[in-house]
Amino acid sequence: MRRRRTDFLAAVGFLAPNFLGFLVFTAGPVLFSLAAAFTSWNLDRSAPFAFIGLDNFAALMRDQYFWLYLLNTLYLMLGIPIAIAGSLVLAMMLSQRLRGMVAYRTLFYLPTFTSGVALMILWNPDFGPINVTLDWLLNNLGINRALMLIGIDPLQPPAWLLSTKNLLGLAVEQVELTAQQFGLGARDALIIMGVWTAIGGNNMLLYLAALTNVPQDLYEAASIDGAGKWKSFWNVTWPQLMPTTFFICIMSFIGGLQGGFEQARVMTQGGPAGTTTTISYYIYIKGFQQFQMGYASAISWALFSMIFVFTLIGWRFGSRAMND
Amino acid sequence: MSHLVLAIIALVMLLPFMWMVLASFKELAEVEQLNPIPREWHPENYLRVFDRIPFARYYFNSIFVAAWVTFLQCLTSAMAAFAFARLHWRGRDTVFKLYLATIMIPGVVVMIPNYALMVKLQLLDSYLGLIVPASFSAFGTFLLRQFMVTIPFSLDEAASIDGASKWRVFWDIIMPLARPGLIALAIFTFLGNYGSFFWPLVLIKSEHLRTLPIGMLYFDTIYGRQTNLLMAASVMNIVPLIILFVFTQKFLVRGIQLGAVKG
Repeated sequence: MRRRRTDFLAAVGFLAPNFLGFLVFTAGPVLFSLAAAFTSWNLDRSAPFAFIGLDNFAALMRDQYFWLYLLNTLYLMLGIPIAIAGSLVLAMMLSQRLRGMVAYRTLFYLPTFTSGVALMILWNPDFGPINVTLDWLLNNLGINRALMLIGIDPLQPPAWLLSTKNLLGLAVEQVELTAQQFGLGARDALIIMGVWTAIGGNNMLLYLAALTNVPQDLYEAASIDGAGKWKSFWNVTWPQLMPTTFFICIMSFIGGLQGGFEQARVMTQGGPAGTTTTISYYIYIKGFQQFQMGYASAISWALFSMIFVFTLIGWRFGSRAMND
Repeated sequence: MSHLVLAIIALVMLLPFMWMVLASFKELAEVEQLNPIPREWHPENYLRVFDRIPFARYYFNSIFVAAWVTFLQCLTSAMAAFAFARLHWRGRDTVFKLYLATIMIPGVVVMIPNYALMVKLQLLDSYLGLIVPASFSAFGTFLLRQFMVTIPFSLDEAASIDGASKWRVFWDIIMPLARPGLIALAIFTFLGNYGSFFWPLVLIKSEHLRTLPIGMLYFDTIYGRQTNLLMAASVMNIVPLIILFVFTQKFLVRGIQLGAVKG
């Protein structure tokens, strides 16, 4: 059938509301923000508005806090592989088709679904419930004693979120590792909270769907060849799940780079000595508390570039890995 | 064996919630103590929350805004998706790719200009300011368009031959078939907006316009630490979500998997 005349007019009608909104609230702002990054725009007029070229970006490169906060952001992302692995394990357990799977799936998804300020307040150190339980668990189940044996200070739950210690021994104001800072502190507490929230969440659902698509005969062939549980996972399940894993990793990384804002604003105000300030919180501080909108825009574009570059690399690398 | 492990994990997932509920029934002094179960139950804590802060107002605001955003987003995204999936016009695919590209842009990038725009339009501290910017979504359009392309074209053609206008085709044929996708989008949107934090935080200054997340944030500053009441407020915050989830699980799961398939 010959293509009939274009539906242009109809398309305009259908697309108009959405497209208008898109221009005004998405496309326009993107361009505006890019332009703003090259200016000295301050909401409180503390500096005259002017185009200052690359000055913001130059300042950003020299900004010690930017690099520190970038490090914080990356540190907080260390929980991502743990959460993804956990989601995979949970999905595999749930796909065994035992009774009550749907109930378990619902329970596991609960932290993701309800996550937000209400839950973060719950994990806050000032409030009794979580800390009393943790305190009891740590001291009465010998966990603290075990930690002391390896030389880590015992965990004091109310104090975690006030401690600048961390599992990599990162120092506070400089980018270096010191033994003195080795321990468990605010960032680690946030990682644990993050893993708890995400482990039964969307990634688990994606893996569940992917697992049902793995052809059964592959497993049969493997067991005929004498493969045990581990071998059949490594040689059948894992390769079959590669596209899903790849997708999950990319999305998690992108999300991780932008994250940490709510935790910082609600729980730690950027943390003991700035240790829980992430890039997105830094943008908030600069833009909405210090009103340096030009600089904040520059930071946000730096963040966007990182995401963009990473996505490109990931895509290139990932498609090659998947085509092997 | 698997059952045991699963049960333990489920318990770990639930523990914080259980604490939250139990603590909400306690007296303030008891919250910090070791006994999980309250010695005396104080259900009046829940009522006291409404006395302490304009909680009912916050609740109304959150639901009101989220409902409008969901409705508008679903409607505009569906219409746009129809334009991309069902209509033929020059530049269609290019514009669609443009939409896709913007999905990758972090929210922070547009927050600052959008804020400045709201200041200019004098929509700071208003319902409109909360609703309108959030009512447009490239992601929603993408999701529904992916869904719509799976519907057979023959239905459209049959309707056109019978003289139906594009709007009729859209409303009477495509929309009912796109229902699963619409429901998934509606749930995501409602959820996302109900818990939206950054935008209401910077936009709203007046107490009577605050949404639940912001209300929770400022709960303490007025009356000092009332942990038991805060827990009650948190429970009330979360309960609608749990109810929503239990009833819409099926669609959610399908929606997430739908969105990920194109990748």
